[in-house]
Parts: sequence; C-alpha cells; structure tokens
Amino acid sequence: MTGGLQGPRPEERPRPAGRRNSQGFRIDPEVEATHDPRRTVISALVKHEPGVLAEASGLFSRRQFNIESLTVGPTEDESQARITMVVEEPDPGIDQIKKQLRKLIPVISVRELASDAMCRELALVKVTADDPAAVAAVADMYDAKTVDSSPETATFEITGARQKIEAAIETFSQFGIREVSRTGTTALARGTDVTGEPLTATESATEHPPEGYTADDD
Amino acid sequence: MSERATPVTQPDEQSTATDDSEASADTGHRPVTTGAEAVVRALENAGVEYAFGVQGGAIMPVYDALYDSDIRHVTMAHEQGASHAADAYGIVSGEPGVCLATSGPGATNLVTGLADADMDSDPMIALTGQVPTAFVGNDAFQETDTTGVTTPVTKNNTFSSDPDRVGSDVSEAFALAREGRPGPTLVDLPKDITNAETDREPDEPKTPDTYHVQERADEEIVEAAAERIENAERPVMLLGGGVIKGEASEACREFAIEHEIPVITTMPGTGAFPEDHELSLEGAGMHGTGYANMAITLCDTLIGVGTRFDDRLTGGIDSFAPDAEVIHVDIDPAEISKNIYADYPLVGDAATVVSQLADAVESSPQAKKWRAQCQQWKTEYPMDYETPEDEPLKPEFVVEAVDEATSDRAIVTTGVGQHQMWAWQYWTYTEPRTWVSSHGLGTMGYGLPAAIGARLAADDDQEVICFDGDGSFLMTIQGLSVAVRENMDITFVVLNNEYVGMVRQWQDAFFEGRHSASEYSWCPEFDKLAEAFGANGFRIDDYDEVADVIEAALEYDGPSVIDAHIDPHANVYPMVPSGGDNGQFALTEDQL
Repeated sequence: MTGGLQGPRPEERPRPAGRRNSQGFRIDPEVEATHDPRRTVISALVKHEPGVLAEASGLFSRRQFNIESLTVGPTEDESQARITMVVEEPDPGIDQIKKQLRKLIPVISVRELASDAMCRELALVKVTADDPAAVAAVADMYDAKTVDSSPETATFEITGARQKIEAAIETFSQFGIREVSRTGTTALARGTDVTGEPLTATESATEHPPEGYTADDD
Repeated sequence: MSERATPVTQPDEQSTATDDSEASADTGHRPVTTGAEAVVRALENAGVEYAFGVQGGAIMPVYDALYDSDIRHVTMAHEQGASHAADAYGIVSGEPGVCLATSGPGATNLVTGLADADMDSDPMIALTGQVPTAFVGNDAFQETDTTGVTTPVTKNNTFSSDPDRVGSDVSEAFALAREGRPGPTLVDLPKDITNAETDREPDEPKTPDTYHVQERADEEIVEAAAERIENAERPVMLLGGGVIKGEASEACREFAIEHEIPVITTMPGTGAFPEDHELSLEGAGMHGTGYANMAITLCDTLIGVGTRFDDRLTGGIDSFAPDAEVIHVDIDPAEISKNIYADYPLVGDAATVVSQLADAVESSPQAKKWRAQCQQWKTEYPMDYETPEDEPLKPEFVVEAVDEATSDRAIVTTGVGQHQMWAWQYWTYTEPRTWVSSHGLGTMGYGLPAAIGARLAADDDQEVICFDGDGSFLMTIQGLSVAVRENMDITFVVLNNEYVGMVRQWQDAFFEGRHSASEYSWCPEFDKLAEAFGANGFRIDDYDEVADVIEAALEYDGPSVIDAHIDPHANVYPMVPSGGDNGQFALTEDQL
C-alpha cells in the first residue's frame, strides 16, 4: 500500500487499431461486417416424450429468437418426433438456434435445410360466399379444396409453399374472410439427403449456411 | 491434481449383480425394496458422501431411506442454502454436490441455486419431492410444476414416473451433471413413486444416447491455431472456469510457461494460473487489473480456454481484443462464436485440446517485446490502495491481512458486491478450486452456504474463509446455525460498510448520489448476532485490531464471524463501466 491506484489516464493510453461489430466479428475486409436477417427452415428430430416442445419453445422465448412458425408431429419412428421451424435471424442468430437446440438432451439432431427443401403448409380459409361462382373460380386457381359450405360461407383447404398460401388468402380477401387457420411449415430434404442427419461438435461449431440461400427464399 | 479430482467411483466397479444377497454382500447395502431406496442407492453408487437439504412432506420417503445410508445429510436452515452448499461442494470437490428439498416452496427455494450453478456450469444434482402422481395437475397442497419452473435453469431435468426407473433416473442425472460441460440437473420425485415397492437396483451412471461430448478438437484447426501461436507477436492466454472444471490448469500452466505467454484469468478461472507468477496478469474485465485490461485490448492472438466471453469480461464487444485473432477452446460448441467470433474454433475437452496444441506448436512466439510491455503495464498500473490515518479501515487491507495469515490452499467464498471484488483483487490465488463465488448469476447471500459446502469438500488443513458484505451476509444468515451445529471451522469476514456498497458506488457514479434503498445502517451487530447463534463473534474498527482478531478467529475451532467496519465510501476500482472499453478502464470515479 503506497499511493493508491495510479497510471496514465484513459486518453493517454495506446489504442487498438481495429474494431468488432456487434456480433463479435473483427471488422476488416476479409470478414463480412454485418449480417442481414434471412428466413430459413430448421428441422429438429427429437425424442417423442412429454415436455420436449415446451423445452424447445421455452428456449426460443428465453433467447429471443425470432420464430415465424413451429410445427411438431410424429415420424416414421414412433419414439421420435420432428419439429420444423421457420426462423428469421441473421447468420449468427441462426447458428445459435441450431447449437442451443442441439444442447437439449431430448434432441437427437438439428439441421438447417437447403434452399431446395420441400416445404409445405396448410391453411383453412373461411370466406363469405355471397357469390359462389366467383369464390369457386378463385379456389380453382389455387387448387383449393372445398371442405365445408353453408348458405353464407365456404371453407377451403389450401396446401403449398408459404407464398402460394399468402397469395390465395389475399385473393380470397375480396369476398370477405371470416376466419383463417394455418399450420406453419413442415419440410423434408430432397432425394437421398437425410433431414435428420446429425453433425459432429466441430461441424456444429463451424457450420456455414447451406448453399443457394438468399434472404426470403423458400 | 488433487485426489478429489478423480471420480470417487468408477462405473465399471459398481455392483450390478442381479442377485440381491450378493449385491448386499459386496456393497454392505441391503437390497432395494422401494423407489426411495433406489434413489438413495443411486447416490451411494455414484460415491456421494454428503447431501444438503431440508425435510418436507413429499420428500419424506427419500429421507426415510437416507436414514439407513452412510451418506451424511446436512440439514440446512433454508433450501436456498442447500442449493448453494451443494454448488460449492461441486466446485471444490469436482464431483456433483447433492441437494434435496420437498415439493412446492422447497423446490422453488432451490431455483436461485440451480440458476447460479447453471450460469457457472457447476456440477450439481437436486432431488425434489413432488405430490403423488394422481394429484399432479390438480393444484394439490405444496404442488408446483417443478420441472416446468426449472427447465430454463438446469442442464436437464426429469419427472420420475416409474418406480422401476426412478433409481436409474438419478444415476443418469448424476452422469449428466458431471459429463461434458457440467451443470445442474434435477429429478422430480412424486411421493407415490418413491413409496412404491420395487427391487430394481439403479443402472450405472450413464448419459442418454442423445448426449455427445467431443473430447478432441479437429486436428486441422489445431494445426492452424498452432501456426498462429508460433507467429504471434502479442499473445495472451485467457483461462476461464472451464480450465478448472476440465482439470486443465496444469496443462495450461505448462503451455504458458513453456512458450512464455502472458496469462489472464476470468473470474471463474481464478486460480487456474498462479497469480504470483511473473506471466500472470490476473483478471480482466469490469474490475480486472489495469495491466490485464491493457493486454487483452492490445493483444494480437487471444487463446481463450473454457471461457464464454461474458459481458463483464468483454465490456463492449466493439472494443474487445479488436486486433486479435481468437483461438477458442470450449467443450460446448454453442459457446464458439456466440459473443466473440472464433477464428480458430476448437471444440473439445480443455485438457485434451491444450495438450493437442502443445504437441502442435513447434516454436515459441517471438514476443519478448510484448512481455516487457506487459511487465511495464504492471508497474504503471499497480493494484494499490492508501490507508490514511484519519480515514476508516480500508477493506483491501483486511483482505490482504487474512491472505497473509492463511495458507496458499485456503479457500475463499464470497457473496456478491464490492467485498467480492476486493476479495478477488487483493487475495493472491495460486491454486485451482480455492475461489468459490457466484459469477454469472451474481447471487447475494451465496457466500455463507457456499462456505458450508466448501468446508465439507475441503481437506482439514485448508482454511475456509467467507468474505461477505453486510447486505449479502444478511440474506442467508440463518445458515450460521448449521455451521454452529456442525462445528464447522469457517471464518466469516463481513466487510461492513452499512450499504449495499456496489449499488451505492453506482448511485454515486451514475445516479447523482441519490442513495435510493442502498443504505443499510439498520443491519444487526454481526458479532453479537454470531454469539446468539453460538458462533464466535469479533468486531474490528481500527487497523491495530486487524491482525490479532484474524489470528484469534482463525485459531478458534469452529465458526467465527468478524464484523469488520470499513470505510463506507470505499469504492472498487479499476472499473470498466458496463459496455465500456476495457482499455479505457477508470482508475477513479472522475475517469468514468
């Protein structure tokens, strides 16, 4: 104990040359400075047991991940279920979603699907059917199936990619939409590519986005 | 490393005989007849020596089974204390600490300790009673959705629903708490399951087949990282808590000394590298040393081992080691590039990967100039304080005096606040597992129950010192009754400034000195309170009392409490304000 804390003042000290961006990347020409959010599909194979969905969805809200849709259902193996998520995050956020999901004990594997993956969702759209012929014409345009009709309403089932469903709903809106119920996206990888392929820890740490991805592409 | 560092039992040595009489002859245990006995047997098989807990309705069958066990149960005064004691036991011993509580409030009282262990990756198991299965979901007396409440704060939890599985559920929880990145696990035990008849012995402790741990890092990335180290001009090693948990302190020490690389420790990594070594720059971050913060800001190669680059360490991300290529060793892939981008991601066990690096690095970096620079910073920014005659006792003096009066292997536990920072800054740590604190969660009240857990895990010749603040000590003071009942040799040093001092310091710096709810002059006299509990109480007001009181407290064979009245205006510096630039640390309030 002598003179207390001392030393050059902050403004007198040497400063580093570089900076990092908010995602922890050094900002230099070699490394991309910022990442824009992109929409992608993540598929998780999980043990079919109580609490898994709560655990996964709790993780998303706790870590503030931006999840657009989430579907869960059984698979060819009755002890396993598949959770399919559409997320919109910058690359580092997508990486974290995948890595954090992989840490959950009942999770068997997690993969981000390639841009050509088969993605489908289903919507039930109940419209006012004052003009049945016009409504039927629109339904025909979108391959919509009639599942119910009443003197005032008609309800259609539409399946397909997200954009098709959105376009259909928009077109139906001219008749007056009473109610809409949508499932969220379910998806599988194409051909012999395995949707539930597990990754090693190093692969998980160093993963790059699948080829061919552009923002807002599914 | 220490004997305790090796697993107490080897799984393959466990008796798995199906013949009950043979099993009992081998282990001296009676055969399992109930779910509760299977739970206790699972703990015994895992080598558990101590359990910390509080009785209650739904956990009674487990306690009944414990009655016949050699496991020593330490009844705590509050379940929160049980959770922190178990956490500290895990830190000091390296083996999961065990805590028990009943359903409802018992379980919810464990939550703080679970969250604390989760943030700091401490191995720990919690066993909670639950209302009988038939009542679950009906808002029964003392029912809480314990697995629901604890999911975000545990590594894993399990609701046990089968008497034949319940013992194995506990074995699995034990394995999960310990393997890979450690953490707290919880098994919720409905009363009908523990009361049910079963003769099923628990399986060996084994992680589920969905759980994978990569021990060795990718060889190609190791080679690339080694080349970077060889060519570094300004290298720094940053050792985190994972170094201690992964028993990698020795390997890191050898690597740093062999290649003469300056070493910084994170707060949980304290003790991973001896602070009295010339290569040590001690801790970096918000209240780190000036020299560590200069070095981490200006290094060109940062070798981070077992660290998650927490915000209290990094300060603002934009100015954290911005010129450095980062080599990041971690067993958890999710930590790689989470906060700081890793140029060389090395996923694996810390000790294994550091030895891979040691094999791969062929020549030491040419960093003589850098080392000299680091030494110069040590001279320029000494950790120092003044002791003017006309001012009250300085806390740093008390910390140094206790350090001088104790052995190198003495264990320090702390609460959270200014006292914690002084105990970190002014004590010289040279051994792993001698610093026991609440880092990530920052739990006031951690120190006292942690000292109880640490005492039972420590060797007899290791002193256990708890530094605490007045506000922090008051939060869990009921645990003093446990230390008295068990006659535990612990010295509690309350650095009493009659404030929640860290809040008061921030109010002075950032809230125009408006001391909203931070003044604690209403606290009891801790020396007298200690006497009321049956402990030995002391009070210090002046410098000339310090040495004698510390000596008397240390000599006393049992718990003593020193109420050290310190300068109420003493502040913790250096300081990097939240989100600030480490290299721009303030030495005084006017530099903030």
